[in-house]
Amino acid sequence: MSLPIADGLLVVVKDDCETCHLVVPVLAELAGREDGVAVVSQDRAGFPEGLDAIHDRELDISWRLGTETTPTVYRMEEGAVADEQAGWYRTGWERVTGVTGLGAGLPEQRPGCGSDTMLPDTYQRLLRRHSPYPMSSQRVELAAAEDPVEAAFARGWTDGLPVVPPTEERVARMLEGTDLPPGQVLCTLPPDLAECSVEKVAINAVMAGCRPEYLPVVLAAVEAAAGRGFNIHGVSATTYFSGPVLIVNGPVRSRIGMNSGVNVLGQGNRANLTIGRALNLVVRNVGGARPGGVDQATFGSPSKLSFCFPEDEEGSPWESLAVQRGFGPEESTVTLFAAHGPIEVVDQKSRTPESLARTLALQLRMVAHPKLAGMSEAVVVVSPEHARLFREAGWTKARLREEIHSLLTLPASEMVAGAGGTAEGMPPWLADQRQELTKFSPEGLWFVHAGGGAGGFSAIISGWVGGRAGSEMTTVAIDC
Amino acid sequence: MTTLLDPTSERTTGERPISARSANLADGTVGLLDISKPRGDVFIRRLDELLTEMGVAVRHYRKPTFSKPAPLDLRRQIAAECGAVIEALAD
Repeated sequence: MSLPIADGLLVVVKDDCETCHLVVPVLAELAGREDGVAVVSQDRAGFPEGLDAIHDRELDISWRLGTETTPTVYRMEEGAVADEQAGWYRTGWERVTGVTGLGAGLPEQRPGCGSDTMLPDTYQRLLRRHSPYPMSSQRVELAAAEDPVEAAFARGWTDGLPVVPPTEERVARMLEGTDLPPGQVLCTLPPDLAECSVEKVAINAVMAGCRPEYLPVVLAAVEAAAGRGFNIHGVSATTYFSGPVLIVNGPVRSRIGMNSGVNVLGQGNRANLTIGRALNLVVRNVGGARPGGVDQATFGSPSKLSFCFPEDEEGSPWESLAVQRGFGPEESTVTLFAAHGPIEVVDQKSRTPESLARTLALQLRMVAHPKLAGMSEAVVVVSPEHARLFREAGWTKARLREEIHSLLTLPASEMVAGAGGTAEGMPPWLADQRQELTKFSPEGLWFVHAGGGAGGFSAIISGWVGGRAGSEMTTVAIDC
Repeated sequence: MTTLLDPTSERTTGERPISARSANLADGTVGLLDISKPRGDVFIRRLDELLTEMGVAVRHYRKPTFSKPAPLDLRRQIAAECGAVIEALAD
């Protein structure tokens, strides 16, 4: 959009700024020259006196200029900013204006003040007003006495916790986190098979408490959830415990401040918590999976609220989960796993990888039921203390997986229904066909590295029915 | 006044009447749909016995997995071949 400003010099000032008052003699000096100067005042018509200042009442001029500081002097050429200097800095002003000896008697430099466009509420209002893309979601007007947080509860939009009210200003700010237009349809989301637009994801991300820079991760997670392989319909509808567990890899982790260390699976980090929550809110509000409706979980689990964490790749003895799944180490990805947990693994005594692998195997046998095999998948979050043993012994992920598969290849006669005095277990005819059964399918066991530096523990995240019969682990690249 | 953006799909719930119930099971074949959950076959077998005793023709169907909706082709096949269907949900 072109500025309603002619080429030449332009200065943005405001009355409520000491440095702007300081430069008034400079403005007068420039105004007295043949080329003149256009003065734009943000906060008061008629300031500075006698310079025919334009009052930027709605701050549209300042917004289009991208003014962050007052005063700022601009040289406009062909309708665009050719050069600029914020605050009072004589050399800079001389460079921009091409006039030497400006402001004799003034100090060499003075910092300026924050532009009124940068005030939080004003910034969001301007962002919405100048967005090239209109938002198309239904506007829900609240009564004057209605509390927006309570209104979200009353309309059934929340997961049981309060949400950040999705005002137009907040959603516009959220949409700054992506280059995608709000109206772009990302996917069709089960169970309602509803079209899910970037705008709907942004609204739910606002409600979850996300910052705009988290939005690309949420968008990728929604895309993964909607994929045929992940089967979000089944994950939502099952009586089982599972919900979407999100594992984030690549440079985006540190860029948005995720926590892969102390208390990695717990509370305290905004990105970890709100990204997982945003996905579940999208599944609820757009996909239509609500507890008691499509969602018939006997117990559910916190992964239906939020279960999202990044891998500690830097401290890991192994290639990352993303690399195992075919992505480059420089790529940012999110992996969705239909799961719940964690189940704790305590081993503070092992000093060899063989011993620790046995501990992991013993606990992994419990996933779903000690006598069920080939059904659920599992991700083991290996802590730094445990990982150190494997690193020092030179054990690769593949070696560890082979070891555990071997330890969990069990006599079929022990696994079938009725064995050990309990009716649960594998179908009895299996024992007639096979001597042994392996707990996990070849692709059903994964390892990631995360957690605090102290503690001889690891954590098992146990999955729902894995693979094509249930939910396939799904990894997608994050566009950021 | 606060204005919020609607986070939902903005769909209204469609309502469809349920199909007319069969007045007499013996008039058509009854489909028995096993959704592949453990022990669903026990329930289905017992229903088969009871219906057969009553002189009702039955046909058996099975979903590939309980974790996903029945494939469209299977649903169409059942609709074409049966006057009623009983689905074993329980495990």
